[in-house]
Amino acid sequence: MLLLNCPCCGVDADETELAAGGEAHLKRETVGAEDEAFEAYLFMRDNPRGVHFERWRHAYGCGKWFLAARDTVTLEVFGTYPAQTKKPPKAIENALKKKRPDWKGWA
Amino acid sequence: MSDAISALSGAHATGYVTVTEAGLRGMITLRGDLGATKLKAAVKKLIGADVPLVRQNTVNADRGVAWMSPDELLLMVPHAEAESCVAALAKALTGTHHLVANVSDARAVFRVEGAAVREVLAKISPADLSPAGFAPGQVCRTRLAQVAGAFWLTDDETAEVVCFRSVAAYVFGLLEHSSRTGSEVEYS
Repeated sequence: MLLLNCPCCGVDADETELAAGGEAHLKRETVGAEDEAFEAYLFMRDNPRGVHFERWRHAYGCGKWFLAARDTVTLEVFGTYPAQTKKPPKAIENALKKKRPDWKGWA
Repeated sequence: MSDAISALSGAHATGYVTVTEAGLRGMITLRGDLGATKLKAAVKKLIGADVPLVRQNTVNADRGVAWMSPDELLLMVPHAEAESCVAALAKALTGTHHLVANVSDARAVFRVEGAAVREVLAKISPADLSPAGFAPGQVCRTRLAQVAGAFWLTDDETAEVVCFRSVAAYVFGLLEHSSRTGSEVEYS
């Protein structure tokens, strides 16, 4: 069972209350973008074995989007943070570096 | 105008807690900046209570206001007054970015009463229903088996459950089924 703390309402939301929204921190390509860049934005995902940054929506709760850093192998959650964030907060990045010394960084 | 009737006409079930459809309730969805002075004043005037803090639910006699999301409140008023309250709110909030809608007839309300009320709700929802995690005065928006719903405790042995009217029969069935005598979990 996956529990994510929703930063918008503070609830430790069960996985079944949430809707997954795929990888976070993507650069949204738009009109005028190169075909390759657009394809990468639409389809190309890193999908590493381990640390992921993901978008989640508290669908059955407050209805808001938020971001989460977690490990898809161990299901360990490193933290959740507001969707209005361009990159993972320093605290989460530091915790990650400590726990996963071989982690290559979020970008 | 035709008479308004509630979804299940006061359906009632008695198991190890009782489940009763609570009848008509005026409900108004109000969305906007919950910190805005105008909005705060309008809520205070209509309900007689302040805009609640995160996940709090304030009841003032037959009126109440529940926190639904960072930009949404659910206002509860007597059913007959809902339309006039919507008009009053819309007038009070003119010029402020907001949304106000009368959702009274889109909802069903159930009252669940009994010492095991937390257990019955815990059977159908993933929410934390321990006394430490959920207390009277809080509101919980969550999932009731397969549909969206919300509930709050009016006291330690009474809960009010709100769902969409279209799934009222389903939610009544859930509550009735999970409160059948003999199905006690006696989890504490």
